[in-house]
Amino acid sequence: MCGAPDQSLTLPAGTDLEKETVLAGRVVAGGEPVGGAFVRLLDGTGEFTAEVVSSASGDFRFFAAPGSWTVRALSRSGNGQAELVVDGPGLHQAEVLVS
Amino acid sequence: MSREDVLVTADWAEQNLETDGVVFLEVDEDTTAYDGGHIPGAVKVNWTDELQDPVRRDIVTKEQFEQLLSAKGVGNDDLVVLYGGNNNWFAAYAYWEFKLYGHDKVVLLDGGRKKWELDGRTLSTDTKDRPATSYTAKDADTSIRAFRDEVVDAIDTKNLVDVRSPDEFSGKILAPAHLPQEQSQRPGHIPSAINIPWSKAANEDGTFKSNEELASLYKEAGFDEGRPTIAYCRIGERSSHTWVVLRELLGHTDVKNYDGSWTEYGSMIGVPIELGAK
Repeated sequence: MCGAPDQSLTLPAGTDLEKETVLAGRVVAGGEPVGGAFVRLLDGTGEFTAEVVSSASGDFRFFAAPGSWTVRALSRSGNGQAELVVDGPGLHQAEVLVS
Repeated sequence: MSREDVLVTADWAEQNLETDGVVFLEVDEDTTAYDGGHIPGAVKVNWTDELQDPVRRDIVTKEQFEQLLSAKGVGNDDLVVLYGGNNNWFAAYAYWEFKLYGHDKVVLLDGGRKKWELDGRTLSTDTKDRPATSYTAKDADTSIRAFRDEVVDAIDTKNLVDVRSPDEFSGKILAPAHLPQEQSQRPGHIPSAINIPWSKAANEDGTFKSNEELASLYKEAGFDEGRPTIAYCRIGERSSHTWVVLRELLGHTDVKNYDGSWTEYGSMIGVPIELGAK
C-alpha cells in the first residue's frame, strides 16, 4: 500500500522502535482533540513528505528518520504547526495546536 | 484540452450532484473514509481490489473493467467525476485507467475529499445503487502506459520524472513517511531521473496549482519539453497525479505513467540504480 493508513494510538504490529523513527502526536484546539485534520510532515527544507488524517482522538504518526521536521495540520478548527528535532530512532511525540 | 475538460471545482460538483448523466465515484486504496461519509450520491470504488487484478500485479483487464463499470452503473456516455482522499492520488490513477480504456468523459474533482471536507460541504452515509449497465471499453491505450523494458531504455534519452519525496529519491527511505520502512527492494532512483515531487504540483488544500505555476515548476527542474516523458513513483498512483499534470493540464503529448514504478524497478536484478540527491 501507499496511501495513508487509518491513524490510531497503537503502532502497527512488528514496529521496531530500535530501528524506526516514529513521530507521533495529537492535533488539539482549545484543549480538545481534533479528528479529521489533514496532518502533513515537512522535512528540514520545508519539503512535503507525507500526509495523514488524524483519528477521532486527534492522533497521527509518521515513520521518518533522524533530522528536523515540521508537522503542519489543516482543519475546520484552523491550522497550526509544530517543529521537531529528532536525534535518533524511537518514539518522538508532538502536539499540534490549531486555531 | 483545456483545464475545464480535466478538472471540476467543488462548487460545480455541489451544483451537479443530481444531474442526469453525471456519476461521482470515490476512489481510494482504503475506502474506510467513504463508509464514514461521502459526497451525496457518490459510488465507492476500491483501488486495491477493483482497479487492480486480484491475483497478478497488474491493472484490471478490459473485460474486468467492463464488468466493474457495468456493475457500478456507469454508462459509456456518462460524465464520470472522480475524487478521493490521499490528495486525489488514487482518483488520478483511476482517471489514467479510465483514459487507458477509452472513457474520455472523465474529470477529477479538484482538491478531492480534502478540499470538500475543509470547506465543510455535505457528506452522506447513504449508499446509492445505480442500475447496472452494459459498459463496453476500448482496447488498452498503451501510449500512456510504460513497461519496465522501455523504462530501462529511457535512461538518458527520455524525461524520467521521479515524483516521490526527496528522501525516497535519494534512497534515504523506501516509502512515504506515513508507512513503516521495512521493504524488500533496493533504495534509490532510475539513473538520469529528475526529482519533481508530486506535492509541488498541488496546493495545501489538495487542488492543482495554476497552469502557469505548473509550467514554470517543471521548466525550472530541468524537464525537457522536446522529449517524451515517463513518470514514476513507488506504486504508480502519485505518478498518475503528475501524469494528469503533464499530459492533461499542460498538454504534453507523449507522457506515460510507469505503474510498475519503484516497487518493480527497485526489485529487478541487474538494472542500474543511482543513489543520492541531485
